[in-house]
Amino acid sequence: MRITQGCFSFLPDLDEEQIKAQVEYCLRNDWAIGVEFTDDPHPRNTYWEMWGHPMFDLKDAAGVMMELNACRKAHPDVYIKLIAFDSTRGFETVRTSFIVQRPKVEPHFAMTRTEVRGRTVNITLTERA
Amino acid sequence: METKVKEIKGKERYKSGVLKYAQMGYWNGEYEPKATDIIALFRITPQEGVDPIEAAAAVAGESSTATWTVVWTDRLTACDSYRAKAYRVDPVPGNPGQYFVYVAYDYILFEEGSIANLTASIIGNVFSFKPLKAARLEDMYFPPAYVKTFKGPPTGIVVERERLDKFGRPLLGATTKPKLGLSGKNYGRVVYEGLKGGLDFMKDDENINSQPFMHWRDRFLYCMEAVNKATAATGEIKGHYLNITAGTMEEMYRRAEFAKQLGSVIVMIDLVIGYTAIQSMAEWCRQNDMMLHLHRAGHGTYTRQKNHGVSFRVIAKWMRLAGVDHIHAGTAVGKLEGDPMTVQGYYNVCRDATTKLDLQRGVYFDQDWCDIRKVMPVASGGIHAGQMHQLLSLFGDDVVLQFGGGTIGHPMGIQAGATANRVALEAMVLARNEGRDIDAEGPEILRAAAKWCKPLEAALDTWGNISFNYTSTDTSDFVPTPVAAQ
Repeated sequence: MRITQGCFSFLPDLDEEQIKAQVEYCLRNDWAIGVEFTDDPHPRNTYWEMWGHPMFDLKDAAGVMMELNACRKAHPDVYIKLIAFDSTRGFETVRTSFIVQRPKVEPHFAMTRTEVRGRTVNITLTERA
Repeated sequence: METKVKEIKGKERYKSGVLKYAQMGYWNGEYEPKATDIIALFRITPQEGVDPIEAAAAVAGESSTATWTVVWTDRLTACDSYRAKAYRVDPVPGNPGQYFVYVAYDYILFEEGSIANLTASIIGNVFSFKPLKAARLEDMYFPPAYVKTFKGPPTGIVVERERLDKFGRPLLGATTKPKLGLSGKNYGRVVYEGLKGGLDFMKDDENINSQPFMHWRDRFLYCMEAVNKATAATGEIKGHYLNITAGTMEEMYRRAEFAKQLGSVIVMIDLVIGYTAIQSMAEWCRQNDMMLHLHRAGHGTYTRQKNHGVSFRVIAKWMRLAGVDHIHAGTAVGKLEGDPMTVQGYYNVCRDATTKLDLQRGVYFDQDWCDIRKVMPVASGGIHAGQMHQLLSLFGDDVVLQFGGGTIGHPMGIQAGATANRVALEAMVLARNEGRDIDAEGPEILRAAAKWCKPLEAALDTWGNISFNYTSTDTSDFVPTPVAAQ
């Protein structure tokens, strides 16, 4: 199944030019861009691994593309996303994030239903290959 | 505007009998509001022959300490400071007989952290006052000293996005339709289809509570099965606004607890439950990591007509202080009342760190929100995928766009309807970020995406030409050029 996290998962996978254009948008807004990767795309997996720190003080999108490609080379079959941080007071959070690499086979999630008191069902999501 | 009426002071002021409000000290054209004063801006229409300054003083009087006659017991108090002071009266441009009246209130007049107490004064008696034909509360200013007595939104835009792990685009929602009559099982079906198709949220409508066709526990159980199943099917956090509106607070708490037990990320209330109930539910949400969605049911009865009532921008300010995370704030392009710039004014009030005076958007004061969290505005009512460029351009990223009919009425089914909206949205955000002019190129961008997305093509073919071009009643008085004196 295609996991639909991130800003552009309903569009065809972005090509290099499209990714670069989004990076440039982030840089225009003065956001620091990070590269993160994981083999565990559970929707509650908040902390993907960081490919280095977010790139502060960067002016040129080429720098981000270089780091992204290095990450791809080291981890060719995992999820990778770009994530933009805004340090403006009152935001101080992620302002955009989108997937730029997917594994060849994406996992799916199984729902385990545990019937408890009354008609209530406790539900757990588990990743399956 | 100048008045010849001067305040009467000393012994003469307290002789039994009736004085003009302006004579009693409720008008002071030279008054400079203090940094701790709360300011209200009213639009008044005095009865024929009533002096606007005296009418302004009456508004100040009736919304603070005055009664119709002199009372000696005033003299037991520091009554000068308790009197609200009308200090500025401007004719409304283009509306003869109407005046903008600025009234300052000392902050001792209001209990901390209580919208009920604030509104009991500001919109208490004064709107029924006979010498006025009509009155409308246009805007309010709250000093930091007062803002800081409120906790504000329990979650706010930033934390909502972090919890949902959704950034960089508006959120998408839809209200389950038909709003009344579906059984719990059928209702949950609509929720599942919408969420699996690509929406972030589905929503109960304002009047879906616990009726004979679907009791609330059934609705909650089926909706949460649908939410979890859609989360599993997409790998993305999903939610459904479970409406916990009920006849008593006890029952609302009961419903909220059950929503929490089932793992819902959000609950919903209607504006008609009242300000105190809203603040109580905000407090509950704070204690229980829950987002609070507010449907503004009923507001049109007093916000729509320009000459009488309360502007929605004031309601939005009150609700940000009271502490809701979502508020329906209009679409501008949909089926419900809303002039685009006026609606943008409501959005700014919800989302700004500091709102700037902006007469064209109907914002009359600078307002520092003192780091109180931001409310996510919700655009809902008669909008569709073909308007995506307009919606994104008008409202930016921090908004929930809700396409009820525009999802469920899709010719290829609910999932296809949801997918059409999500694709339209992502294509438009992508194009905007690339630097394209979406106002001009919007339709073309949508058509390009529709070439590879059949559901979007069908949506554009079905609704592409639908628009609601009616004249708004609640528009800015300052559209051509800002003319009000500062």
